[in-house]
Amino acid sequence: MRIDTDAIVVGAGGAALWAALELAHEGVQTAVLTKLYPTRSHTGAAQGGVCAALGNLEEDHWEWHMFDTVKGGDYLSDQDAAEVLAREAIERVIELEHMGLPFNRTPEGKIDQRRFGGHTRDFGEAPVKRACYAADRTGHMILQTLYQQCIKAGVRFYDEYHVVDLLFEGGDANEGGRAAGVVAYRIADGEIHTFRAKAVLLATGGYGRAWRITSNAYSLAGDGMALAYRRGVPLEDMEFYQFHPTGVYGIGILLSEAARGEGGTLLNRDGERFMARYAPRLMELAPRDMVSRAMYLEIRDGRGIDGKDYLFLDVSHLGRKVIEEKLPDITDFARIYLGVEPLREPVPVQPTAHYAMGGVPTDLSARVLRDETGALVPGLYAAGEAACVSVHGANRLGTNSLVDLLVFGRRAGKAMAEDVRGGTLPEIAADADEPVRAEIEALRTRAVGERPDTIRAEMTRLMDEKVGVFRDATLLSTAVERIGELRERYARVVVADRGTTFNTDLLETRELGYLLDCAQATAASALARKESRGAHSREDYPERNDAAWLAHTFAFRRDDAQPDLRYKPVSITRFEPKPRTY
Amino acid sequence: MQVDLRILRYDPERDAAPHWESYSVDAAPRDRVLNLLQSVKDLQDGSLTFRRSCAHGICGSDAMLINGRNRLACRIRVEQLGRKVSVAPLGGLPVVKDLVVEMEGFFEKYRSVMPFFVNDTPTPARERRQSAKDRERYDDTTKCILCAACTTSCPSFWAQPSYVGPAAIVQAHRFIFDSRDTAAEDRLEILADDDGVWKCRTTFNCVTACPREINVTGAILEVTRAIVARHG
Ligand SMILES: Cc1cc2nc3c(=O)[nH]c(=O)nc-3n(C[C@H](O)[C@H](O)[C@H](O)COP(=O)(O)OP(=O)(O)OC[C@H]3O[C@@H](n4cnc5c(N)ncnc54)[C@H](O)[C@@H]3O)c2cc1C
Ligand code: SF4
Ligand code: FES
Repeated sequence: MRIDTDAIVVGAGGAALWAALELAHEGVQTAVLTKLYPTRSHTGAAQGGVCAALGNLEEDHWEWHMFDTVKGGDYLSDQDAAEVLAREAIERVIELEHMGLPFNRTPEGKIDQRRFGGHTRDFGEAPVKRACYAADRTGHMILQTLYQQCIKAGVRFYDEYHVVDLLFEGGDANEGGRAAGVVAYRIADGEIHTFRAKAVLLATGGYGRAWRITSNAYSLAGDGMALAYRRGVPLEDMEFYQFHPTGVYGIGILLSEAARGEGGTLLNRDGERFMARYAPRLMELAPRDMVSRAMYLEIRDGRGIDGKDYLFLDVSHLGRKVIEEKLPDITDFARIYLGVEPLREPVPVQPTAHYAMGGVPTDLSARVLRDETGALVPGLYAAGEAACVSVHGANRLGTNSLVDLLVFGRRAGKAMAEDVRGGTLPEIAADADEPVRAEIEALRTRAVGERPDTIRAEMTRLMDEKVGVFRDATLLSTAVERIGELRERYARVVVADRGTTFNTDLLETRELGYLLDCAQATAASALARKESRGAHSREDYPERNDAAWLAHTFAFRRDDAQPDLRYKPVSITRFEPKPRTY
Repeated sequence: MQVDLRILRYDPERDAAPHWESYSVDAAPRDRVLNLLQSVKDLQDGSLTFRRSCAHGICGSDAMLINGRNRLACRIRVEQLGRKVSVAPLGGLPVVKDLVVEMEGFFEKYRSVMPFFVNDTPTPARERRQSAKDRERYDDTTKCILCAACTTSCPSFWAQPSYVGPAAIVQAHRFIFDSRDTAAEDRLEILADDDGVWKCRTTFNCVTACPREINVTGAILEVTRAIVARHG
């Protein structure tokens, strides 16, 4: 089937839904395509909060928020983008409240705020209460609230449609083409539909499933990044991948930073608060990359619990009231997944793959960049974790992703609404869906070959071991090589399910292909960057090197070779790069 | 440990009717049923079909009937169930394939109760104020993840599929008791319909089923009382 509309939104997480809402308010005919029911999107998993300098409890200013974002990002954040983020966060959070979001309240009935890692007053002096929250289900409430408002606004959803290709008019993105639509696979019956539109937004989330220990949902396979990459769009700053300090030991499920914001401590086998040695001022509330590195070093030096590869997160001293009222989900996770009672005992934790700072490069209006010179791909937009604006630079601060979704999701919607006004629908060939149809048919009917799960298991183990918290040339070049081999094996993969009804075997195997593309861009970009900055820590190059590397990586896909890497300067407006101490 | 896992399977392209299949699965006590299903899919039969995403009880994808009770597969540990585990799709909804049920009707009912905030008075420059106490009034029902475990465990829904069902009432409750919202009357009107709250027989299955520990029946009763008060 072929469907014409004005705008297409791929995804239904926070970024996608705010864009869709904006488009609806502007009266633009929009199709939202999502492989999950909207309320199943991973935005719903965000626990801790969304930062905005409301100053409801103590003095705060957007300039401080901007500074923290830039410093947290180890000066790789584009400062024009960080300024937009910090300024507009305030309006967006108030707007969410007006949409009914049930924020926790201060005694005067204002939105309550609490501390979160890396957020400070007076340009780094001391922690500040900036994170607005709804118990520890802030993301859940954002996702629900935006979806509810989309229902109210009559947004057209195509639920359980898996987008499998992007269409262009006049050649792929690198050939100067203009976005023209998408091809989608309807999960229920395997039918392929072609959607045509004047503007297409990618808001498909991250790719945390490339690692084994991860906080990310099964569905986070880098779909939008990989689909764009295959059509000639570069991927920016993929070497910057965040490992969150407190994953549930052995599984990776996240225990929110809120636990540390409320006063939870990290302990090694000697019961020592080791963060005192790494970040004496902010302690456990230092940015995530620093805490994860400290944990890794403690473990490597034999100070993990029982000498093993985990440490303790202790909240028992906070008392029942704080734990039950402010951290209910966390307590629940410890009980359910570890059988541990946090009211009485410390919780075993280890760093877990969490968030992609990198992604599809965009400008401040969420328009996708074609290359490092800033040329645009007409009609193509990206927002949320799938995009790289770049506000998070080399390391994202806690709560800044939700802010990113709100601010740049809305900006995407606004820019798209303007873009589609007046313009004509692009031309696409009648058989534009043919290449991906053939790929899917080949995969569905291939008789002999390897099952996807062995490839998936090898990839995730490889990423844990070689593209993790600490890296060096040996680890990374092995990773690059082995990912190449896995990609070759993937070309001969077979599925067991040959049907057309709800074929998850087929779709999950396609997702593995997306993950391999993202993993390759990550490892290759990391191998090339010979410095340590933010989440990218090279043991062979332990210092940040602004003279050589104050630049964004752009990785361009090549069919049978390593990606071509080029670099783009960082926007620096207010804050000159300084050493990053906390 | 070795778990004897039985799954009610059905592939409309191959099977005339659903049938039980048995699998022996190697599991750790802390593994969850979702890990068992994933293990069967990876190692024994790649065509096994189920929905899942977050793997930690927040997305609501994997509600299913596990050892006779509706639960999320990602939240129930094998050690809580013992060596014999049986898994079937949610009851009362058409089965698409294996453990996947047709959810469209469920979401249709959800959308029918005006599950969105309404307040058309001019928006203030800053947040609308709400006391912590007023916020607490509807806190419980904001936790709903639309997993359908409640509605599909409800005998009234099985008997009369036109019943709007507990999940939709929970979602309406969230707004009816929000001091900032102005459309409570409209929602009460919708739920005063024949297919609304009257079909609840307070069997409390929904409370037992809810993975978010929402007092579902309590919410239905509060809505019912509000409807009665309005007419009384
Ligand atoms: C456990 C956890 C806790 C977190 N806590 C916080 C926090 O406290 N504060 C904070 O700021 N950030 C937090 N984050 C990060 C933040 O939640 C995410 O980065 C953010 O929600 C991503 O939102 P998104 O809109 O980009 O995408 P997502 O919410 O991930 O949504 C992706 C959407 O894309 C759709 N999709 C994907 N591929 C396809 C395809 N091929 N076809 C069709 N649709 C597709 C999916 O169906 C889904 O709707 C947390 C993350 C995790 C994992
Ligand atoms: S009320 Fe509970 S059981 Fe019912 S849909 Fe919501 S979360 Fe699921
Ligand atoms: S997989 Fe998300 S609730 Fe179980």
